[in-house]
Amino acid sequence: MADELVHPLVYASFETRGYWEGAGRGELVLQRCRSCSTVQSKPRNVCATCLSNDIEHFVASGRGTIYTFTVTEQNMAPPFNAHLPYVMAYVALDEGPRLLTHIVGCDPADVRIGQAVVADFQQQDRTDGEAFAVPRFRPA
Amino acid sequence: MSISGNIAIAGVYEHPTRWAPEKSEFQIMAEAARGALADAGLQLSDVDGLLAASMSMGSMGTIELAEYLNIKPNFIDGTNIGGSSFVVHVNHAAAAISAGLCDVALILYGSTAASQAVAIGTGGPHGTGRDPYQSFSQPYGMTTVGSYAMVAKLHMERYGTKPEQLAEIAVTTRRHASMNPLAKMRQPITVDDVLSSRVISDPLHLLDCCIISDGGGAVVVTSAERARDLAKKPVLYLGGGEALCHQEIGGPDLLQIAAKQSGDRAFAMAGVGRDDIDFAMIYDSFTITVLTTLENLGFCKPGEGGDFVSGGRIGLGGEFPINLDGGGLSNNHPGMRGIFLIIEAVRQLRGECGDRQVANPKLATVHGTGGALGTQHSGATLILGVD
Repeated sequence: MADELVHPLVYASFETRGYWEGAGRGELVLQRCRSCSTVQSKPRNVCATCLSNDIEHFVASGRGTIYTFTVTEQNMAPPFNAHLPYVMAYVALDEGPRLLTHIVGCDPADVRIGQAVVADFQQQDRTDGEAFAVPRFRPA
Repeated sequence: MSISGNIAIAGVYEHPTRWAPEKSEFQIMAEAARGALADAGLQLSDVDGLLAASMSMGSMGTIELAEYLNIKPNFIDGTNIGGSSFVVHVNHAAAAISAGLCDVALILYGSTAASQAVAIGTGGPHGTGRDPYQSFSQPYGMTTVGSYAMVAKLHMERYGTKPEQLAEIAVTTRRHASMNPLAKMRQPITVDDVLSSRVISDPLHLLDCCIISDGGGAVVVTSAERARDLAKKPVLYLGGGEALCHQEIGGPDLLQIAAKQSGDRAFAMAGVGRDDIDFAMIYDSFTITVLTTLENLGFCKPGEGGDFVSGGRIGLGGEFPINLDGGGLSNNHPGMRGIFLIIEAVRQLRGECGDRQVANPKLATVHGTGGALGTQHSGATLILGVD
């Protein structure tokens, strides 16, 4: 796997920075609403249940199960076109939300729905001083 | 006054082009407008409502389009929620006409997706977008096909749905296209052809995916009262519903799609049952789109879609024919094909479809899907009928 897919650079806004900085530390960071306890993965500065601004970040377990997936055989866009096939998946996190991600570290033919997986972070090589990483998942 | 039964589609036109490198989107729309207005027996000067969407119209696209057409409408709607936009436009036109905001609404679509080589299915953005929320999908190489493939994978896992059953949809749709002189792909195919075509995103094969073409169309909506004095038999708007659906926080089950919400509302408004429907036009970006939509609209139960589409039921001459023009899988798919669902439903209800005509239909369901089923999408349902 010397030529592993290098994920394109991510861009953080003031709303999503906590997620990517957490990933850079090797942590899967989610949000929880202090008012109604809703847990959300794609970050925002309001609660997607009660619209409260009282949101906290917390470090999640990084564990989950594969909800569904697809082995992608065709994608014209670089860098993906040079790294086919790859496994795109939704992982149902133990904390509740679903995350769109890749399954790595195993043969695509061995991936199954319901399989237990853990987060695996790919550090980004960046010139803007940010320490971000892209969360993927591998078999637990 | 209820809008159900009091609004009608008075004219439709499907642009015959499938490859138009020498035309602009607006030219295709204008030519389609000419066709639909002639079909209705109306003039451009009768139009006082403009509704349109396309792959390249920006936030002020309707202003540019009004200038191109040289019209000054009283009612404007540029809603763009992907391929279902035009189905939603019929809803909005019906509401506007009922409320007295306009009298004759013109719905337009044009596209040069094929001749401009627009990447629709698996081209995708290159990860250079700076929308912070795209960073949650772009770095993973999410494709449109992949999103639908994840829905198909889950359906197969949960219900034992077979690739052969999805293939049945592509085969039936191609048979319908073979009876449509305008269709881009008319050569009949078999289940084996589908299954032996290359895998694009597992479990979807090339022939599970819609084609890419140029094209366009137009629909004219007015009051049922006015439509009765026009050129063609009015096709009545009996019910409509629209919905948005997304994954994520407490997101619904991936197999419960927007069609459930929009369909339930449309059927309730129309006051008819699923068994009353003679045929349906169902958005077919992919074979799985059709299967999950049929389940969510209530034509069969969740998980029974595989059996429902098998054994000839959805073909012409079957119990519940669908996508009689050959659909996006074989007729045309210029990126946003919702308008063609409406056009074929209207022409079938008027009995104009020749070899592929359903015998004496009275009631039809139209359902458009926009966006991508596995991520964020829209759904819009219409119930149309003739006296």
